[in-house]
Amino acid sequence: MKLDIIRATCGYGKKKVAENISLSVQSGEVLCLLGPNGVGKTTLFKSILGFLRLMDGEIVLNGENMIKMSKSKLAKVVGYVPQAHTPPFPYTVLDVVLMGRTAHLGMFSSPTDNDRRIAEEALDTLGISFLKDKIYTEISGGERQMTLIARALTQEPDILIMDEPTSNLDFGNQIRVLERINMLSKKGLAVIMTSHFPNHVFLCSTKVALMTKNLFKVGSVDEIVTEENLRSAYGINVKITSTVDESGNIIKACIPLIN
Amino acid sequence: MHSVNELRLEGRIKTFDDASLKKEKKTTNYIMVILVFITVAAFLISFTLGRYSISITDILNIFISKLFGLKTTWSDTVETVIFNVRIPRILAAMLIGAALSLSGACYQGLFKNPMVSPDILGASSGAGFGACIAILMSFGLVGIQVSSFLFGLGAVALTFFISSLIGKKNNAVLVLILTGMVVSTLFSSFISLTKYLADPNSKLPAITFWLMGGLNSTSTKDVLMLLAPITIGTIPLALLRWKINVLSFGDEEAKSLGINTSRLRLIVIICSTLLTAASVSVCGMIGWIGLIIPHLSRMLVGPNYKLLLPASFLVGSAYLVLVDDIARSLFPLEIPLGILTSLIGAPFFIYLLVKGKKGWI
Repeated sequence: MKLDIIRATCGYGKKKVAENISLSVQSGEVLCLLGPNGVGKTTLFKSILGFLRLMDGEIVLNGENMIKMSKSKLAKVVGYVPQAHTPPFPYTVLDVVLMGRTAHLGMFSSPTDNDRRIAEEALDTLGISFLKDKIYTEISGGERQMTLIARALTQEPDILIMDEPTSNLDFGNQIRVLERINMLSKKGLAVIMTSHFPNHVFLCSTKVALMTKNLFKVGSVDEIVTEENLRSAYGINVKITSTVDESGNIIKACIPLIN
Repeated sequence: MHSVNELRLEGRIKTFDDASLKKEKKTTNYIMVILVFITVAAFLISFTLGRYSISITDILNIFISKLFGLKTTWSDTVETVIFNVRIPRILAAMLIGAALSLSGACYQGLFKNPMVSPDILGASSGAGFGACIAILMSFGLVGIQVSSFLFGLGAVALTFFISSLIGKKNNAVLVLILTGMVVSTLFSSFISLTKYLADPNSKLPAITFWLMGGLNSTSTKDVLMLLAPITIGTIPLALLRWKINVLSFGDEEAKSLGINTSRLRLIVIICSTLLTAASVSVCGMIGWIGLIIPHLSRMLVGPNYKLLLPASFLVGSAYLVLVDDIARSLFPLEIPLGILTSLIGAPFFIYLLVKGKKGWI
């Protein structure tokens, strides 16, 4: 599985938001998109998901031009995890997760026992089987984010696209979501996610894309997340430091400095 | 590594979960059976009510005799009352109640909003105006119905056309609602205009009376008029009902889950409009059903459209036939049905809002 974005320009109507973007992701990689507010991360995501038409360039999925793929074919390859939100109706968690099966169902069908089994497996993989019969609108933000990840897994995709999966979550839930992301990428999924936390990149990413108003850089974590790059992207002073965990791995972290 | 104990515990939890799920499934099945029973009971009871009273045993007798071709033991009056007056009226009430509830339920999913009713895109006011124009031009009863039906469809088509001109692909649903409000208001003004122009001695009362809504002159022909559009509107919605769940999560999410949202939205709008326009053309403006019945059904069977749609169908048909029973038998003078549905519907809706479990609204 491989996703290539080749010299893509995206935007709304005639307004270009991000220009000349190239990157590629394949199975087992976690690409994290960093960048300040308003540089077009969401716009780029919407283009990858096919909500917006590319103004230039192309997106190629396993050698096939993505624009030509039908919505249901795309949904079998690309799973989207939006930011947790509240829908208007009080579905159960299992109902929500089952909606991930939509692309696999015929025009007039509804989920079968087999679909239900796949949905329950996804809940199991993420360790949230206990949520199954809970009401989606009544569970916590972290649980809702996990449910949406389970829904995306139920699509049985090759790529997960996650829009700020750790925003609005408490400290523990942020890390638990990152753990799941690591686990999923080890299982062979490719993950593209946005984040506002450079520290999270050190914890789970294999690749980083840094997006600023006039610059787009892709590379390994150590190449991209440097004091200088963060300073120029976010306009603040940052120190990068490191510590050693119990098994002797070096873990980096950024510390913002206040003048 | 899991210890044996842990595994056993997990197993136990799993069987427990399955059991609870089955129990829940069973409860909703019971509720559906009860709803069917209530609807059938409402159907039968409605025959006994009215100016000319007929007992339930007589009704069952007549039905059974007719069914098996036994000889008649009842008077001609009873036969006329049952077959020419009550059957058409009861069937029309049930069909219209079901149709308005279905289209309300579908629109609430489509527009991601539980406060939406079937007239949001202008179907009711368009149909109302069609009827007014036909009355103004002295058309017959069939002419009024046909004109009303066509104007109902036309109003929604206009809404759809204008909103597609406005475009804004990423906000299609919002643009549709706003355009619908504009078109609705436009046709309401047209209705006022026809009232203003109508002859106050003959046409104006006819228009006013029609707009109040009612089933007092329903004939077998009306039922046949209703049957085709309601069947055509209901079948696709019934087949696609599970997908409406996905649509209620919004356009982008539904797309990312693999749904061709603009096509599904168009199908739902066409079907719901057929249902609403057909109903309004036969019985006039009857409010509140499309808003409260889906709520009530959601409280009974949950939000999943797989069950919600059949439940709305049953509850809606039972509700309208019972309200119509009240309309025709409570006072010596019949109360217009439209007034009664609002009189009952508004406080009932408040009750639902107050009593409703958090999140079920």
